[in-house]
Amino acid sequence: MVPLDYYLILSAVLFVIGVAGVVIRRNIIVILMSVELMLNAVNLTFIAFSRSLGTMDGQVIVFFVMTVAAAEAVIGLAIVIAAFRHRQTLDPQEMQLLKW
Amino acid sequence: MTSAVILFFVVGGLAIVFSLLVVFQRNVVHSAMALVATLFLVAVLFLTLDAAMVGILQILVYAGAIMVLFLFVIMLLNPAVLEGRRLAWWGLGSLAALLLLFELVPLLLDGPGPASGQRSAGAGFGSPEMLAQSLFYDFVLPFEIASVLLLVAIIGAVVLAKREL
Repeated sequence: MVPLDYYLILSAVLFVIGVAGVVIRRNIIVILMSVELMLNAVNLTFIAFSRSLGTMDGQVIVFFVMTVAAAEAVIGLAIVIAAFRHRQTLDPQEMQLLKW
Repeated sequence: MTSAVILFFVVGGLAIVFSLLVVFQRNVVHSAMALVATLFLVAVLFLTLDAAMVGILQILVYAGAIMVLFLFVIMLLNPAVLEGRRLAWWGLGSLAALLLLFELVPLLLDGPGPASGQRSAGAGFGSPEMLAQSLFYDFVLPFEIASVLLLVAIIGAVVLAKREL
């Protein structure tokens, strides 16, 4: 049986890689994909704790996180398409009309 | 070292490699493919944790539906230009992320874990029956709210992606 700590460390590493993607990438689609990666790392934590505590609640939470992630991806990509029509770019640094 | 631990290290190591490829690759399509591989490997980890139903859902919903949506948008927008690799910024961002890792790991390991260690799961743990029982008895209201959320997401996507916005 694999100890719980191994899963926690792995999910922390995956989460941090997602954070790095959000911080350093300049392509908004890759940033959205990094957010998905972070959500998935958190899901792994939930499943590991669910198995370790012997309760199904963690798996149900993961079910809801997946629903929210699907909605987030759909809305995010629709916004990307709308922004690309106006600006012809995927660089978030170029989308700064509200910044002064 | 038992076979379960070896499997964990192989799958986990591959997951880390592919997720690094997601972030540090300049071609967007290659990033998406690496993300598909990562999601598959995490689904395998779910299977090793007695969460078969959630693992299958992960492959169907994430690696299937959501990633197809991402690839569809990439092909629709066709961003041919590769983004520049600015070394100072990439180094700084990676360093900040590493700092976050050294903050997170002790926090996770020192947290209030299960007092009795690994409890053995009962028969049928993680099966669709148990998930459905939990979902439809204890979490009925969140389930209904999730369906409303999906409806709102559908309408929002249709409105946002309309041509004359």
